[in-house]
Amino acid sequence: MKPILEVKNLTMNFGGLKAIDNLDLFIDKGEIVALIGPNGAGKTTFFNCITGIYKPTDGDVNITRPDKEHNGKTQRINGLNPYIVTRKGLARTFQNIRLFSSMSVLENVMIGCHPVTKTGVLGAILRGKSTRAEEKFIAEKSYSILKKIGLEMYVNELAVNLPYGAQRRLEIARAMATDPFLLLLDEPAAGMNPKETQRLHDLILKIRDEEGISILLIEHDMKLVMSLSERIYVVDYGKKIGEGLPEDIRNNPVVIKAYLGEEVEINA
Amino acid sequence: MDFSYLGQLLLGGLTRGSIYALLALGYTMVYGIIELINFAHGDIYMVGAFTALIASTVLLNYGVPHLAAIILAGVAAVIYSSAYGYTVEKIAYKPLRNASRLAPLISAIGASLFLESYVLLLQTSDFLPFPALIPNFKFWAPYESLFSSTELVILITTIVVMILLTVLIKFTKIGKAMRATSQDRVMAALMGINVDRVISITFIVGSAIAAIGGVLIASHIGQINFYMGFIAGIKAFVAAVLGGIGSMPGAVLGSFVLGLSESLFTGYVSSDYQDVFAFTILVAILIFRPSGLLGRSENQKV
Amino acid sequence: MIVMDEIKKSCVATLWFIFLTFPIAVIKIDSINNTVKWRWLNMVYIGVGSFFLSMLWRYMIKKKEMGGQKEKKKKEAGFFYKISQNRKIFIPLCVLLGVFTILFPHIFSMYQTTIMISALIYVMLGLGLNIVVGLAGLLDLGYVAFFALGAYLYALLNMHYGVSFWVALPLGGMLAALFGLVLGYPVLKLRGDYLAIVTLGFGEIIRIISQNWDAVTFGPSGIANIPPPPFFGVKLSLQATSTYIFYIIVVLVIFTIFIINRLKDSRIGRAWVALKDDEIACQSMGIDKGKTKLTAFALGATWAGMAGVVFAAKTTFINPASFTIWESIIILCIVVLGGMGSIAGVISGALLLILLPEYLRAFAQYRMLAFASVLILMMIFRPNGMIENVRKIYKFKQ
Repeated sequence: MKPILEVKNLTMNFGGLKAIDNLDLFIDKGEIVALIGPNGAGKTTFFNCITGIYKPTDGDVNITRPDKEHNGKTQRINGLNPYIVTRKGLARTFQNIRLFSSMSVLENVMIGCHPVTKTGVLGAILRGKSTRAEEKFIAEKSYSILKKIGLEMYVNELAVNLPYGAQRRLEIARAMATDPFLLLLDEPAAGMNPKETQRLHDLILKIRDEEGISILLIEHDMKLVMSLSERIYVVDYGKKIGEGLPEDIRNNPVVIKAYLGEEVEINA
Repeated sequence: MDFSYLGQLLLGGLTRGSIYALLALGYTMVYGIIELINFAHGDIYMVGAFTALIASTVLLNYGVPHLAAIILAGVAAVIYSSAYGYTVEKIAYKPLRNASRLAPLISAIGASLFLESYVLLLQTSDFLPFPALIPNFKFWAPYESLFSSTELVILITTIVVMILLTVLIKFTKIGKAMRATSQDRVMAALMGINVDRVISITFIVGSAIAAIGGVLIASHIGQINFYMGFIAGIKAFVAAVLGGIGSMPGAVLGSFVLGLSESLFTGYVSSDYQDVFAFTILVAILIFRPSGLLGRSENQKV
Repeated sequence: MIVMDEIKKSCVATLWFIFLTFPIAVIKIDSINNTVKWRWLNMVYIGVGSFFLSMLWRYMIKKKEMGGQKEKKKKEAGFFYKISQNRKIFIPLCVLLGVFTILFPHIFSMYQTTIMISALIYVMLGLGLNIVVGLAGLLDLGYVAFFALGAYLYALLNMHYGVSFWVALPLGGMLAALFGLVLGYPVLKLRGDYLAIVTLGFGEIIRIISQNWDAVTFGPSGIANIPPPPFFGVKLSLQATSTYIFYIIVVLVIFTIFIINRLKDSRIGRAWVALKDDEIACQSMGIDKGKTKLTAFALGATWAGMAGVVFAAKTTFINPASFTIWESIIILCIVVLGGMGSIAGVISGALLLILLPEYLRAFAQYRMLAFASVLILMMIFRPNGMIENVRKIYKFKQ
């Protein structure tokens, strides 16, 4: 079977700076893959290239959607608008939390349902049967996602008023509402305490096992990365410097060298 | 084809462009540093013109010699415009440093309106005659009919101001701090740059240049009123966008392009619609080249 | 010590403002007679004023910063929201308000009714701009242009083709929406600031054209004798006409509220708010940014177009002077003061800002200054306006 995401020779130039240099990466269905590297290595830029926020200078980003309707068909998605990429089934979270601050927790998740609904201006004004059914459907769907993530007690709270860890999880809930086949998590554990990180660990596994959503994860918390991911990519200065199973990465001298000077427990 | 008419239009466009440049620099400097359209900038320029008129009238009334009065009035205009620019930033923008993007923009509109109504209330709503501050130079007499001494002074002043500003930005410590702040405010602060001070100085320098523009155009046109800053301000902004907002050479280039094309449009098409023409240019740039002539396209940080 | 320090700071501020306002506020020149008038009393006013205002200012800023630290505290649901949720109070209140509205033109003089009609036109304009600024977060500084389009559309169609008010009303809305789309399109990809300046330019363009295009708009002298809305062929007295227009605008306002309320809590409305909160995240949720902006822009413009038709019918005379940038700023002020995104807020904002100056004629000259201060101070101290918008509360069975 083809990988659900296949990135080939991806390059991103900012002026003279090569933020990403000829990067290859693939993810198979049902995998949890981690992308690690020192700060400024180009990890978030990589996410931005895949999700359409940046247009890559060169290379291919191909997806093969695993669902029945699209089975086997490969699409090239680089250069597409971010909203189209999301509609094709790639959802992401942000390193610096970007929730909709003036909306309630539930509405944040309901926004994620936007691509799967279709009420137009007229429908919204007339509020006919189908509109009401749709509203009810996404409200309930969002609520059930919140329940899964364990945020149901905050339903009507404003998103900004949530504790930090809950905000990070709300970002995941919001992304899940778009019905993705691949979830891109940008440092989901940043700023979390060990207990919260453990909860996040369980949550990510649950999402993969119960929802069948594959996961690509950028993370600095090596303990989380090593225990969670099935394969790891290591980048530095935009180049891939290593890839493989967690134990290979742990013992890879190039990787250790790239991390020297940075306080990271590579042997966790 | 009437070449002397064309020549006249081109020279007129050059003067127009110089004035836009003096204003556009302020917009582009402020935008470069805090990414805000300072709507009050045009009104700072109006305040400068009013201060110059008031100061020169008072001084001449008290028998100060003409030349001294002109110089002092110019200095007063520069000092007061800078002071107003500084104060507007402190009151209307600084408290909103961390607010949403919409908030400082609305506050800027408020500041612009405030200055206009302040001058309207305390001075007058009428047009005031503004004396021709710059005498006709003897050595320039042969060319006077083509390009007046005032226009010559405007052009030369603009060039001098631009050179000085370039020196300030490129070669001084504060210039370096400005460049650093405009690239990354947080990082600049971490490097020990007093960002608030840099922003204040940017407003002061921008306002001072606007004041020079205000005095020059007022003495060129011969009248001022409280509303003069509004359209001039918007057009200077158009010029700044045309050149690439945030870029200083761009602001100057954009100003001359706008000044010249506007002058040609007025001369050959219609003078009633010259403002419409400027806005049409703005929309056209925004569609086809939003980063302007010399601007670089920016990637938003995510 | 702290008191002394505060006094010292205020003294510095006082000296600064005395210096700053000296040429403009104290000196007044008469350029015709070439004389100078010194108004020293102004200096005293400014000195005393800035001393106390600077104290108040620092106190408010400090309070705001303290509030910022405790931002995570639970927000109390607003007074208005509580009332609107309590059916026992809300329904009788609505009935009372309805009865009062129906009786209004019969209780009060025609003069009062006319003022109320203008205020209600501004309510409609405020509600329309609220979609663009309050919900979608796009700054439109040329909103009055759509208002002008509606007014001129009715005046011209009526003059040339005898088109009636009732036909012109929807046409005005549609024309404005169309222009909203055309204007919004080029700036879609750009940052919000550009939209502000382009709309400002558009507002001026429409005004300049209406002023200069004599052949069509009759230039500065404007168009007179625009007929009021027809009433089943019956010719109404002046008094009856204003009562009639009053009811028309009341119905239109209710219609506007109804529609905006429906849009607000719909898929479309949520997309607008998401766009306002965070453009990048909004797109990453699968929302088409361009389409969302355009719908907001066009739907906002629609109301201005319709309000323009009503305005032309009410005044029976229009000229470019009614459609200056100043009008756009008043409407923006209504939205900002009332509460961005909040329908109750915008209505109260419009009534306050339009009715208050009518009854405080003595201070009319300070109106512009007051509006300017409202824009700045509201942004700094109460960015959500007088009546904060409250999001819908959803209930689920556990």
